[in-house]
Amino acid sequence: MLARRIIPCLDVRDGQVVKGTQFRAHEVVGDILTLAQRYRDEGADELVFYDITASSDSRTVSIDWVTRVARVLDIPFCVAGGIRSLDGARQILHGGADKISLNSPALEKPALITALATEFGSQCVVVGIDSWQEQGDYFVKQYTGDPDKTRATRWRTIDWARAAQKLGAGEVVLNCMNQDGMRQGYDLVQLKLVREVLTIPLIASGGAGTAEHFRDVFRGAGVDGALAASVFHQGTIQISALKNQLLADGVPIRP
Amino acid sequence: MLAIVDSGGANISSVRFALERLGVRSELTADPAVIRAAEHVILPGVGSAVEGMKRLQAKGLIECLRGLTQPVLGICLGMQLLFESSAEGPTKTLGLIPGRVALLPDSPGIRVPHMGWNTIMAGKPVALLDGIAKAAHFYFVHSYAGPVNPFTFASCEHGTPFAAMVKRGNFSGVQFHPERSGAAGSRLLQNFVGGRA
Repeated sequence: MLARRIIPCLDVRDGQVVKGTQFRAHEVVGDILTLAQRYRDEGADELVFYDITASSDSRTVSIDWVTRVARVLDIPFCVAGGIRSLDGARQILHGGADKISLNSPALEKPALITALATEFGSQCVVVGIDSWQEQGDYFVKQYTGDPDKTRATRWRTIDWARAAQKLGAGEVVLNCMNQDGMRQGYDLVQLKLVREVLTIPLIASGGAGTAEHFRDVFRGAGVDGALAASVFHQGTIQISALKNQLLADGVPIRP
Repeated sequence: MLAIVDSGGANISSVRFALERLGVRSELTADPAVIRAAEHVILPGVGSAVEGMKRLQAKGLIECLRGLTQPVLGICLGMQLLFESSAEGPTKTLGLIPGRVALLPDSPGIRVPHMGWNTIMAGKPVALLDGIAKAAHFYFVHSYAGPVNPFTFASCEHGTPFAAMVKRGNFSGVQFHPERSGAAGSRLLQNFVGGRA
């Protein structure tokens, strides 16, 4: 049976792993390679490397860092940050990434999703969506890596998720911004809503604080994976202990 | 020496890095002479069957690959190309293993692509799985899959059963990614280069 995935995310800025709250006030939490190796050894199912300012600074993630991380990992590795072209994506995949995740550039040019899926296959094209709840609905934000450059888009989250799938995305990561760094649990209502309109895998992001939050999001929203950052970086939750807990709760997990 | 066939596919580096971690020397090459002379050959590949075959054709590698006699391991798309044809496009594939690759159907609770860690069911003993626990998980990421038939050595199920490992003579294939399947995957690659494929 296909296991649900536990995915630590390294938000990277200037060569260091950082963590913010609701996408603001970022602080350095550690070294990229040290954390990547720790999560590999603790049993992470996948690692996301996210150069958070690449898009808002109009540059692509550093290939050198991609390769350094890829060399030590024996688990899948997804890279995000400023990927705007086939060539940019190819360099990252050649550098050792298994998947690429698009966020702001896909909003700038939705056809990029299709071009990448055609060239490399849907399975390695992930679309990240930064979703903000306002007045009872959910809306997509762009350039969220830098609070000064973050802006609203014309998209409702549900419509953009559906469009991304139709354009060829192989997976969606839904970042529920209101929950980011709050450790109050994932946004089950929103995730369930998006889960229902997609046939591709959906990864929950934003809000993990306890092991129960992971159990709840797998059971309550039917997501395929759960992504978290600060609870892992700060050691509040240890991945091996979390996986044992989830197994005991009957969630299909790779031990 | 182990040759990794440079079919121009995108993520060949992860295979190279996995071999590096095992201390195995490999060469990424599209040179038929180098591939023929290698002790072991890995055919990687991610992307579509049509693009994959086009690239092999453009590099003049189709006859070279079909004629290999040393252990060959196809990974993911590389395994799918070992079959006769694929529903992904009108192209004929290498035809080394009978069967046609088909799209995995999605249904409620069954998402396509099949992406993540899954267990496999080995039908008969196969040296590639030496020392690997029955319950081991492997990392899969694909939308198309080969049929279960007499050349299937391990199957997997995602809505429908499909071939997770195939073998015919010196040609083996794995639908999952051993290079990204943790300790179980490393052991499988080790078994392959140990010549026990």
